[in-house]
Amino acid sequence: MSVITIREALNQALREELGRDENVFLMGEEVGAYQGAYKVTKGLLDEFGEKRVIDSPITELGFAGLGVGAAMAGLRPIIEFMTFNFSILATDQIINSAAKMLYMSGGQFKIPIVFRGPNGSAYQVSSQHSQALESWYAHFPGLKVVMPSTPADAKGLLKSAIRDDDPVIFLEQERMYGMKGEVPDDPDFLVPLGVADVKREGKDATIVARSMTVPLALKAAEELEKQGVSVEVIDPRTIRPLDIATIIKSVQKTNRVVIAEESHAFCGVGAELSAQIMERAFDYLDAPVKRVSGVDTPMPYAKNLEKLALPDVERIIAAVREVAYL
Amino acid sequence: MATQVVMPKLSPTMEEGQLARWLKNEGDKVSVGEPLAEIDTDKATMEAQALTTGVLRKILVQAGATVPLGQIIAIIGEADEDISALLAQAESGASTAANKQSIEAIVESGQDGAQQELAQVVPDGARTQATIAGQPLKGEAGAPATASSAQTQSAPTDKEAIATQPAQTAEGGNGLRGNGGRLIVSPLAARMAAEAGINLQTLAGSGPGGRIVKRDIEEAIKMGDQPAAQTQPPATSGASAPSAQSAQTFQESSVEGASPYRDVPVSTMRATIARRLTSSIGPVPHFFLTTEIEMDGVAELRRKFNEQDKENKISINDIIIKVAAVALVRHPQVNASFQEKVVRYYERADIGVAVAIEDGLITPVVRAADAKSIGQISHEVRQLAERARSRKLQPAEYTGATFSISNLGMLGIDEFTAVINPPEAAILAVGAMGPKPVVRDGEIVVRQLMRVTMSCDHRVIDGATGAKFLQTFKQLLEQPLLMLL
Amino acid sequence: MSELKVKQLKPRDAGAESAGVATAPAEADVINPDELRAEHHERQQHQRAAIESLEHATLLDMLYRMMHIRHFEEKAAEAYTLGKIGGFCHLYIGQEAVAVGSIAALKADDYVMTSYRDHGHALARGTPADEVMAELFGKAGGCSAGKGGSMHLFDRDNYFLGGHGIVGGQIPLATGVAFAAKYKNTGQVSVVYFGEAAVNQGAFHESLNMAQLWQLPCIYICENNQYGMGTALKNAMSLSDVSQKACAYGMAAEFVDGMDVLAVYEATKRAADRARNEALPTLIEVRTYRFMGHSMSDPGNYRTRAEIEKYQERDPIKVFADSLKQQHILDDAAFKELNERVHAEIEQAVKFADNSPEPAPAELYTNVYANPIKQ
Repeated sequence: MSVITIREALNQALREELGRDENVFLMGEEVGAYQGAYKVTKGLLDEFGEKRVIDSPITELGFAGLGVGAAMAGLRPIIEFMTFNFSILATDQIINSAAKMLYMSGGQFKIPIVFRGPNGSAYQVSSQHSQALESWYAHFPGLKVVMPSTPADAKGLLKSAIRDDDPVIFLEQERMYGMKGEVPDDPDFLVPLGVADVKREGKDATIVARSMTVPLALKAAEELEKQGVSVEVIDPRTIRPLDIATIIKSVQKTNRVVIAEESHAFCGVGAELSAQIMERAFDYLDAPVKRVSGVDTPMPYAKNLEKLALPDVERIIAAVREVAYL
Repeated sequence: MATQVVMPKLSPTMEEGQLARWLKNEGDKVSVGEPLAEIDTDKATMEAQALTTGVLRKILVQAGATVPLGQIIAIIGEADEDISALLAQAESGASTAANKQSIEAIVESGQDGAQQELAQVVPDGARTQATIAGQPLKGEAGAPATASSAQTQSAPTDKEAIATQPAQTAEGGNGLRGNGGRLIVSPLAARMAAEAGINLQTLAGSGPGGRIVKRDIEEAIKMGDQPAAQTQPPATSGASAPSAQSAQTFQESSVEGASPYRDVPVSTMRATIARRLTSSIGPVPHFFLTTEIEMDGVAELRRKFNEQDKENKISINDIIIKVAAVALVRHPQVNASFQEKVVRYYERADIGVAVAIEDGLITPVVRAADAKSIGQISHEVRQLAERARSRKLQPAEYTGATFSISNLGMLGIDEFTAVINPPEAAILAVGAMGPKPVVRDGEIVVRQLMRVTMSCDHRVIDGATGAKFLQTFKQLLEQPLLMLL
Repeated sequence: MSELKVKQLKPRDAGAESAGVATAPAEADVINPDELRAEHHERQQHQRAAIESLEHATLLDMLYRMMHIRHFEEKAAEAYTLGKIGGFCHLYIGQEAVAVGSIAALKADDYVMTSYRDHGHALARGTPADEVMAELFGKAGGCSAGKGGSMHLFDRDNYFLGGHGIVGGQIPLATGVAFAAKYKNTGQVSVVYFGEAAVNQGAFHESLNMAQLWQLPCIYICENNQYGMGTALKNAMSLSDVSQKACAYGMAAEFVDGMDVLAVYEATKRAADRARNEALPTLIEVRTYRFMGHSMSDPGNYRTRAEIEKYQERDPIKVFADSLKQQHILDDAAFKELNERVHAEIEQAVKFADNSPEPAPAELYTNVYANPIKQ
């Protein structure tokens, strides 16, 4: 075990997988000479050379599509979006090509590709650079969507994603790159896709959180414990396929659910979770599922407004108290 | 941070609202979305919901008062928070106009739907809030939706449109809410109740809007076990009051002078009995128990009484009242009332005495008949009957009995059944007393016999319970000295 | 040659005279059909020269493939009207020389990718007509197992990487295929076809930039049939000389007569050599014409019957067959035999498609993920 940051954990995963499989290559804006806009790819160009670590032009649709084509021809590309805000330009290739190729070719062309980069809010970068897009990608069958919240998960899940034969949208969080945690040193340490993790056990209410809201939920759970409320925190880690069974098991135990998410609530992953919980555990609910989401506005620049726009520990606590009828 | 609750705008044309009643008391915990108060608007009665979670610290507008839109009606805050500044501000009335204006502005900006949340920041940073709830959804029967901004502008026409909104809000406390008495219950609670055989109609929801939630069912299951134990009549002694009873504290009745009582939640079994029997024979499922009583002893007692005090003669009926009262105290299960969610047990026996008057019947009440002497009872009955015939009885004198007696013996009726006067659980129909041949010790002898028939509310009283009460009643009449025990 | 609306351009680094870019006809819009008959003679002159350098069997195979595609499409149109084919059905009639000429210039393991007008390319690549027809019929025996349909034919065994439905979407994909070929140093070439309307998409420009920047073995073949659905080229493109778009990326380009299968063959051959030997991409604009509507549901009211008929005069099959006859490589009897063979094959394809079972209902859920995760 080493205590490292999420940034370092991702870097390790990339290094190990580039080293493990010659067919893996990394492409994106500033991934090479610049060492990564967020330093996630630091040192990789030096270690693996220009063939394997490729600085791309700012041409998201183009290099996303190039990655998918390379995957059709047998490579295992890792495509970095400097942030997922820019992936919006590439959605045609991600959704129409990557997600559907295996299906519409009747199983002939698998697309083992990872699209990765920071998703969600950043610090005071206003509307176009601060948004959470997981619901977009999670909407489409054929894609897998992963959102780690700890260094160990980041490393283990990224390695699994690179080894997976399907297109994986790997959503990191800029605000979390510096978060530290224990990570196993085993180079074959993997966290399987599609398995949720109970980050904290409890009995009075369940918070389903992902990415940045996981640490917030854990903090809220700590506070609530002082108030005599026992909270379970579940991190699905993979949004699609979703490990709904773990969530339902928790709901059957606690009977109350709060979903904490950075993204907008409307048509969001929280809405999907809520619907599935209603469909599968209706008779176990003692209160309506409560969402704590990013507000329904574009992200403002001003610091105070930005803070108001995002979920925080207080809002999560209030939501838990509400569903627990306290 | 303490929060001001303001008179919310609940209809497009609303300028002021009457606070119909508070659904929360000062000191109560409230959570977001929970109804705080009912507001009578120019259109309908609506619920104002809390927009924040905390403790209802101060109610500033009492029920019945009409205040303009935006006036601060309450303050919600933490239990120990200093709210003096907000209180001072509220009393100055300074923020009312500003609040009203901004509420109107927000409403103008127009959200359609069943629920509108209005929130804004007032100058000192405290959140002013109000919530509109209870407006029917678009397309719901007979009720146009919340007015859109367009409707708001054309006030004269939409007035009629919105006037059809049904006034709603069921009587509080029994889990019934909204149109058509819809039961509000969490899915989990519904399932738990079904599994435990609990009648949800008998429960009071503790969740927002009276929603029945898990803890209510858990509570009911817990409580359900207690009355079940109590309904075991004091088995061996039969006529002695349950000892636990005396330790119980009783609540004062809202009827002046009426018996204090204590409420015990209806047990699962009791609820099932109530539901099934009600569906069988109407809202009060009656059954009838008849017994024949030798009244020779009572007749002798009365004779002696009246010899001693010729001015204030007592009747057989006065003795029956006393005896019934004593028996009732010994059988609290009969001195009770079915209250949907609880069975109400009375501390005293307040006996209603059916009095025929010119064009009807009234049942004045002898309060605490168990504690009064027969003479006192006799005197009271005479007074009450007189006042009844002259229609001078006050409501407090003819309501709130715990048990009633109807005596048609003087009219030559041998035996009859009487109809229970709800919410009492029983009524005793007393027939004529007269000499009849009976077999005693193998010989035919003549005895003064009287037949009584008790009508019982089966939701409260089961056959055996009623029978044991009648046993005591009969025993006491046949051997009046036992009353001294 | 200069009289023909056909220009060959050398690679940009092939010599001083080539600025590295193509020069298209001055009148960039629809070629005047009246000139076509005059051109006919010259086209045959060109073909005569080209024919001399090729095996007779190769030439006859090209003719056969063009006729095969033509008749396949005719039967597909018929099947569409009978309701056997659903959805969109974009026919290739008139453009056969493009797929056949270019693919004939490729190796068997070179990659081919195209747009939704993909029947011709699949057949030219060697996908059995049975499987293509069955795919159009939505049958389990289809080359995409009935899941892709007309627009999404795939044939991994024949290195046919699909028909793609979003205009221009296949261009970055093929660029990525070329990237992989270079990465793995396999010597394979990636060829991608697209209509002239796709040239206006960002995907086209982004791809050309990357291909030239990274020197990828990719051949971009623009099948300029002069109409993007119902919109004439001149109404949709500010500079309608498609081959000149390569200028912006310093890429080699050619302008080719798409009615001359051998011209297409030769241009592709040059581009493939360039890709293989120099790892350089090429843009080839092939001027062609589709005789049918954009799709089976196209009313075709944006062009005149006369215009279509005039183009039919330069029908690539007719032109090529005439050339072969003139060279005594083909006679009427052989042509008739070829024709009968093609008819028999396509009839068999329809029969196969008719008889192929529908996909099993359970197939609905297969192939969503290569590594499914049980939920």
